Parts: sequence; C-alpha cells; structure tokens
Amino acid sequence: MIIRKGIKMKISEIFEEGISVLKNNKMRTALSALGIIIGIGSVIALMTLGQASQESVKERIQSLGSNLLTVYPGSTQSGFLRGGAGEAKTLTYEDALEIEKSPRITTIDGVAASYSSRSQISYGQNNMNTNIIGITPKYFSLRNIKVEYGSEISQSDLDNLSKIAVIGPGVVEELFPNTPNPIGQNIRINGSSFTIVGITESKGSEMMGTNDSVFIPLTTAQKILFGENHISNIYVRAKSEDLMDAAMNQIGFLLLELHGLESPDKADFRISSQEEIIETVNEVTGTFTTLLTGIAAISLVVGGIGIMNIMLVTVTERTREIGIRKALGAKRKTIITQFLVESIILTVAGGVLGVITGIGASIIFTKIMNLPTVISTSSILLAVGVSCLIGIVFGWYPAQRASKLQPVDALRYE
Amino acid sequence: MKPLIEVKNITKIYNGGEVSTQALTDVSFEIEKGEFVAVVGPSGSGKSTLMHILGCLDVPTSGTYIINGKNVEHMNDDELAEIRNKEIGFVFQAYNLLSRTSSIKNVSLPMAYAGVPKKERTERAKQLLESVGLGNKLYNMPSQLSGGERQRVAIARSMATDPSIILADEPTGNLASKQGMEIIDIFEELNKKGHTIVLITHDEDIAKRAKRIISIMDGKIVGDTKNEKDYKRIKIPAEGTKIDNKERHKNENKRNI
Repeated sequence: MIIRKGIKMKISEIFEEGISVLKNNKMRTALSALGIIIGIGSVIALMTLGQASQESVKERIQSLGSNLLTVYPGSTQSGFLRGGAGEAKTLTYEDALEIEKSPRITTIDGVAASYSSRSQISYGQNNMNTNIIGITPKYFSLRNIKVEYGSEISQSDLDNLSKIAVIGPGVVEELFPNTPNPIGQNIRINGSSFTIVGITESKGSEMMGTNDSVFIPLTTAQKILFGENHISNIYVRAKSEDLMDAAMNQIGFLLLELHGLESPDKADFRISSQEEIIETVNEVTGTFTTLLTGIAAISLVVGGIGIMNIMLVTVTERTREIGIRKALGAKRKTIITQFLVESIILTVAGGVLGVITGIGASIIFTKIMNLPTVISTSSILLAVGVSCLIGIVFGWYPAQRASKLQPVDALRYE
Repeated sequence: MKPLIEVKNITKIYNGGEVSTQALTDVSFEIEKGEFVAVVGPSGSGKSTLMHILGCLDVPTSGTYIINGKNVEHMNDDELAEIRNKEIGFVFQAYNLLSRTSSIKNVSLPMAYAGVPKKERTERAKQLLESVGLGNKLYNMPSQLSGGERQRVAIARSMATDPSIILADEPTGNLASKQGMEIIDIFEELNKKGHTIVLITHDEDIAKRAKRIISIMDGKIVGDTKNEKDYKRIKIPAEGTKIDNKERHKNENKRNI
C-alpha cells in the first residue's frame, strides 16, 4: 500500500464528498443557496439595467449627429433680471456664416443654422400645431436626419426665399391620412402656402424626435413667416472627436469678437457638445445604478449570513461525524477544507444560478423597457468571485469551529 | 526488542470546574506486538479514559505514552491525527460509521486521509469487507445493515491503514450475545494473523476470550494476568449489569447517527 508523505486528501475528493453531503440535504441546500441566488441575480440585473439605460441614452444623443457642437443664445439680461437661457436674440445667421467662412476656424467641416417656432399648419380639413424649423442646407447632414423621399433644402431655396417644406413622417400621417404621396401638395403654415418637396425618414426616439417637424428654408422662416432676424441655434460639426474642444474654443472666441465682448464670462451665447450631455446623463443614471446595486448588495450579505447560519447548524448537527473523522485521522486543515468547500459549493452554485437568473431578468426587463441588452462579462466574473468570497468569509467561522472540536468530546456528543 | 506500547506512570485528571476528578492514577503497562489484551473494569473505573489515551483521542495529565516507538507526549493536534490514522484502528461500541455513506466508502475513509490513491483504497476496502464476510454488502448504507454487520464494517475500517494496534471499546456492547460472539471470533481470527488487539469490556465472557486481562478499578490497575487459571477469579462488579435487550435496542437506534 502506498501511503503518501503527510496526510493529504485530494481536494477533488473533498469536493465530491461536499457535493454528496449537500445532495443529502436538498431542501436545506436549495433554501440557503436561494439567498445567494437572489442577491447575485438582483445585483447583475440592476447593473445591466443601469448600463443598458446609459447605453441607450448615449445612442440617442449620438443619433442626433456626430461630433456636433451646438451654439445656443445666452440668457437675456436686463438690469438684474435674468431671463431663461435660449430666449435671447443674440445669434444671427451672419454669425453662422462668419463661423463657416473665417480662416481662423480650422477644426470644423460643417455649419448649419436654424430658427424654430411653433405654428399651426393645415391641409384641407386637417390641421396640427407643430414645430416649424427654418434651416440652412447642411442642417440635415449635421443633425443626422435623412430625407427619404423627394429633395432637401438647397442654398438657392434660401436665396430665393422659396416657399417649400420638407416634412416629417408624423406630419404626413396627421395631414395626409389618405394621400399616398404628399410631395407636390401645398400646405398652409400660418396662412402662407408651402409646397412639399421632401419627407424625412422616421427617427426612433420620440423624446428628441423630428418626426413631427416641418423644415423650411431659414430665410423664408425669418423674413416671410415670423419676421425675426435672430436664429435659435448654430450647429457646427468638428472634424473629429479629438478636435471638439479646440473647435469649441475657436468658435467661442470668434463669436465674442463678432459680438464685441471682451471676456468669456460676458458671453451672450453658450456652446455645448454631446459629450457634455452624455456625461451629465451618465452621472445621473450612474448614481441610480450605484444606489440600486448597493441595495441589492445588502441582500447578498443577508444571503451570506444565511449560509453562515446553515453551516453553523451543520457543524453542530455533525459534531459526531467530525469526531469520527478526527478519530480516523482527519487533520484540522482537512476538516476546515471540508466545511469551507461545502459552503463555497453552496455559494458558487447559488452564484452561478444567480447569474443565470440575473441575465434572464435583464433580458426580460430590457426587452420590456426597449433598451439595448448589454451584459458585461466583468459583472458576471465579479458576481462569481463575490459569491466565492462570501463562501469563504461566511464559511470560515463554522469551519474553524468544526476543526477545533476535540475528538473525545465530539465522539461523546449525542 | 522494544514493546509496541509503553504506558508509564500515566495520570489523568479531569478539571470540571470546581470539582476535579482523578480518572487514572499512575498507570503503567506494556503491550507486545501480537498480543490480544482485554482491559476490564466496571463503569467509572477509568477504562474509557485509558482507551482514549491509548487511542490518542485524549492526552494524559502526566506520564509517558509511547506507541510503536513514538512518544506522543508533546504532539500537536495534527501530529496526533496522523498517529490515529496510521498506528491505531478504532472499533467503537456505537459503531460510529458515517451515515448515508456506503460500507466501502466508510472503510476507505482512513485511507483517504492517509493519501492512498482512490483506486487502490477502493480495492483494499473491498478485500477488507470480504474478509469480514460482507463482500455482498459493499454499497449498503449503515441504515441497511444489522448491528453485527455495522460492527464488522467498523472492524474492516479499523484495519484499513494496517495500524499497529486495533483498539476496541465495548465492541459487543450494543449487540445481542450471538452477534457479539461472532465479532469476538473475528478479533480472534485477526489476532491469529498477527494483529495486536486491545479490547475494552465489562463482559467477563468476552474478556475471557483474550490472552491477557488487565483489570482496572478506581483508576488503578488491580490485576494483569496471562494465566487462564486466574481468569476464573475475574469478577466484574457493579456495572456487570448487562443491559437488557430492549434497552440495548434503544441505544442502538439512538447512537446511530
């Protein structure tokens, strides 16, 4: 008979034994693992949901155009009264043209201007109140809006103050429920007649959607329809993502100069990039995700305490067994390993089932909430690691207690 | 040649709070390889304490215990575990088999702790179980075995690592007399093959099957003889009360974890 030096039992055999012990107590095993399943499952589901909503917001914002900077008019200020941002009339079409032409601005490859206002539009008996946006030719490409049918708005339309309109699919639905092709028809905006020349593609998000908008040449909007000289926004596309900050600076200083202002803190306009918006949104969703995950983590700890409780009961219940094992030559380490392995099997099995539950829940929730399903492998690895750790941490004390039992006392235990 | 077991001036005092009990007082004896010794005495005489010390389940308060040339005096828990594993085979009154564990796995367990490869230990466990007449019950759980069969599994297990001695503590205490005698037959057989056996009992009939009887009373050795003539004089007082069958049955159920 070969006897290895020292007393050593293979870890794989301890595993086998642990599994058979847990199998013998199916109900108890299932219930104590449930705590871990719920804990890990909810942590994963919430982390995934958080990531999914961040991802979705990012996608929506990016779908509004890439590398896009938006210039807003500053807030109105008369004496000490400060009006709401965006209400001022400080931006003009000339500003936009200057930005486009200026040789000092080297970091951009597209400028568009827009003036928007709400107005009543009608076709025959149908009418609706919607957003009328006066635009320059590059507006569509910068804002990532595609004209699906017909033509876009050209520079000559602006020069000629053409009374033409490109409408969104929402407007088509509302005004032309029975007309298969509204291109060429005339609609009335604020009493003036406009010919429809194009229809934009439907754009998913309702929140920032342009489905219900009516686009007309900027000059037509300013001079014929609304009689205003200012514009609502200037859109500028930077040449690349890395150049966005530089572009922001160049545009900022140029506009200060054009408006005759000395320092940036007197600026009567504001420039923002998508990154800023994304960052703000991410901060908010991030806080929520952390909060919810924290709550889920508490349930994980509770699950761990459940495991510890069960392991302590098991140790007491199996005192005699421990005595027998010690009498037969089990060392302290062997006993510790045996009990630790049992609790680790419990928590890891719970963890794996929890991961499956969590992924299942994430898929269902993201489907319901119409979010992209992003399951990060890192959160799964983390969850399995954490459940293993819980097994060790909460299994340690019971295992220690088992190993410290004196064989004589343990054998006497009834 | 050195004796297999040397017990020198062993004293054991239990400190149970305010009262301390002297369980063994200055006990000394030697056991040679191949002996079949019965340790007899009434309950409370200290024979169980002696059994625990011989089995390295407990350590003496003072005195020296040498087994197979190894002095266990200053050994730590793990070293004692190793001695128990390799030098001693236990047979308990209450069998002490692992419940929900097959005969063959029970017998394999000490070898698993000794690090014997699985295939080899399963093979040996099978042989051992066959040698005690349980070749057809290798995969039975203890609950599917009779008391006598359980004790035979325990004997097979006690021989698993081929230890220096087999320590049997009231091995027939929970068994009907016929089954008890069968167990003693097995011990006799093992002894003939050269195994050293120390049997602790309060049953005279069983003690008389051994080749040497050590009598203990009040923690002291009061008799040590190999002479069969002396055997007749051995009377175990008081506890000699044999538990009746009903009581025995109750114990059996209770003790089987």
